[in-house]
Amino acid sequence: MLTIRPPSDIVPSEITPREQYLTRREFIAHAAMGSAAALIGTGIGTAQAEQVSGRIEGYRAAAPIGEEATPFKDASSYNNYYEFSTDKYSPAGMAGRLKTRPWQVQVDGEVAKPRTFGIEDLLKLPQQERIYRMRCVEGWSMVIPWIGFEFSQLAQLVQPTANAKYVEFITAQQDTMPGIRMSILDWPYAEGLRIDEAMHPLTLLTVGMYGQLLPNQNGAPVRLVVPWKYGFKSAKSLVRIRFTSKQPGTAWNKAAANEYGFYSNVNPQVDHPRWSQATERRIGEFRKRPTLMFNGYADQVAGLYTGMDLNKNF
Amino acid sequence: MKALSYAKALVFLLCLGPLARLIALGLMEELGANPIEVVTRSTGTWAMVFLWIALAVTPLRHWTGWHVLLDVRRMIGLFSAFYALLHLTTYLWLDQFFDWVAIGHDILKRPFITLGMGAIVLMLPLAITSTDRMVRALGARRWVALHKLTYAAAVLAACHYLWLVKRDLSQPLIYAVVLLLLLLARLPLYLKRRARRSPARRAGAAAGSTVRPATRPVA
Ligand code: HEM
Repeated sequence: MLTIRPPSDIVPSEITPREQYLTRREFIAHAAMGSAAALIGTGIGTAQAEQVSGRIEGYRAAAPIGEEATPFKDASSYNNYYEFSTDKYSPAGMAGRLKTRPWQVQVDGEVAKPRTFGIEDLLKLPQQERIYRMRCVEGWSMVIPWIGFEFSQLAQLVQPTANAKYVEFITAQQDTMPGIRMSILDWPYAEGLRIDEAMHPLTLLTVGMYGQLLPNQNGAPVRLVVPWKYGFKSAKSLVRIRFTSKQPGTAWNKAAANEYGFYSNVNPQVDHPRWSQATERRIGEFRKRPTLMFNGYADQVAGLYTGMDLNKNF
Repeated sequence: MKALSYAKALVFLLCLGPLARLIALGLMEELGANPIEVVTRSTGTWAMVFLWIALAVTPLRHWTGWHVLLDVRRMIGLFSAFYALLHLTTYLWLDQFFDWVAIGHDILKRPFITLGMGAIVLMLPLAITSTDRMVRALGARRWVALHKLTYAAAVLAACHYLWLVKRDLSQPLIYAVVLLLLLLARLPLYLKRRARRSPARRAGAAAGSTVRPATRPVA
């Protein structure tokens, strides 16, 4: 399956995103792919909407994992992005308004060299493709070829101190996001990982998927991807990464602590209080398939949790 | 009479609209990334919408005096049951593939499904007893009594929806509030009827009043 090469093995490669701005007409066509509700919500009159898109070049391609990638159309039209809408079909039509340039990510907290990265800085890091399964807590899954870099590469640049026990990830809040006017979650969206989870070679910061820059609804311009945890842990459109000594609060945990734990590892044996997690529907497939422990990454990550009661630390 | 049957035909076609739309989208492969979820949700939503419309007929009729509404109520109620059955079939067949063990597990794990089942179990006898022959066989009084189950089915359906959403309660709350309003709208009618039915008892209960049939709602 997936082979993880040590960082020394990574060939530095340049990436030259061909940033192209959608014309107004293309944007409308794009919006029309969403639901009617999304279309109304796009406020097409505000034509300054510009989605930065384009192919990423020079990344190191991934070896196939023996599972077919979800069609790009599905992966980019069926998105949980509550800052835009609680309806999964709507963000595709609305997120075009998200302003992704200029974009900065502040990295601070328990680090020796706090630093604010421009998105251009992150795009210059050596990029690689990783084909990961993505399992949503709602019971569906996809297979997505991400493009990005290991989180640990970013950590190296800021040098976490010995006090750094956790990492907090914070999503943007813009007035392009109508969803944050509703108090469904405690905005801004915040997620967290234990430092060893964050530094695990499977944990990525991604800037692209399917060979292209991330579509806005998928979390452009940079998002976290933690493949052995439920999808909501992989926070989108990051503006701040903070190394902390204490476990940070996380959005879904604050919303319903009995339903969404801090760890939220994919685990078919620990059900959500209101539904089973034993099976999942792979998008594009008809019949449900069994859900795998740690989403199939048990060999790589089970060691992070030895001695822990996963029923309690769900 | 002719106008009425045209109107009925039109309502019939309108009620088929949601199904036609699903079929059309399905044929064009436009049902989105998760078609089974879309079909489940769409049929569930329309079962609920038609049930709510059927419940709106009585208050509307009293306010507007449009008694013709009664003529389409049965059809709308039946369409509600029809979409509920499609909804159930989608779940049993497309979602679970008749895997009864999984279904049993799902019901235990997702109590909202039990509520939905309760709603369907209440709706089916109503659908079955909606032919003229059945109404006659039952007698109007018993038929009316039986059809009071509609309220229970609607409450169960509203709870079914409230319980299943992940976080954003706004949609199911809208349905619950509308249902509450629909039920409240019946209260004056109910009180009026009750007053008419037992004027002696009610008047007698009010101490010192002379026994006189109440002609207005006592509320
Ligand atoms: C045995 C009976 C029933 C079963 C097994 C059932 C099952 C389900 C399931 C699995 C969902 C989807 C949940 C999700 O997507 O997360 C759902 C949604 C729904 N159901 Fe049912 N249901 C039943 C009866 C009913 C009835 C009788 C009504 C209405 C009269 C109803 C109305 C709804 C509505 C409104 C939704 C939500 C649609 C949405 O999300 O937009 N259900 N039901």
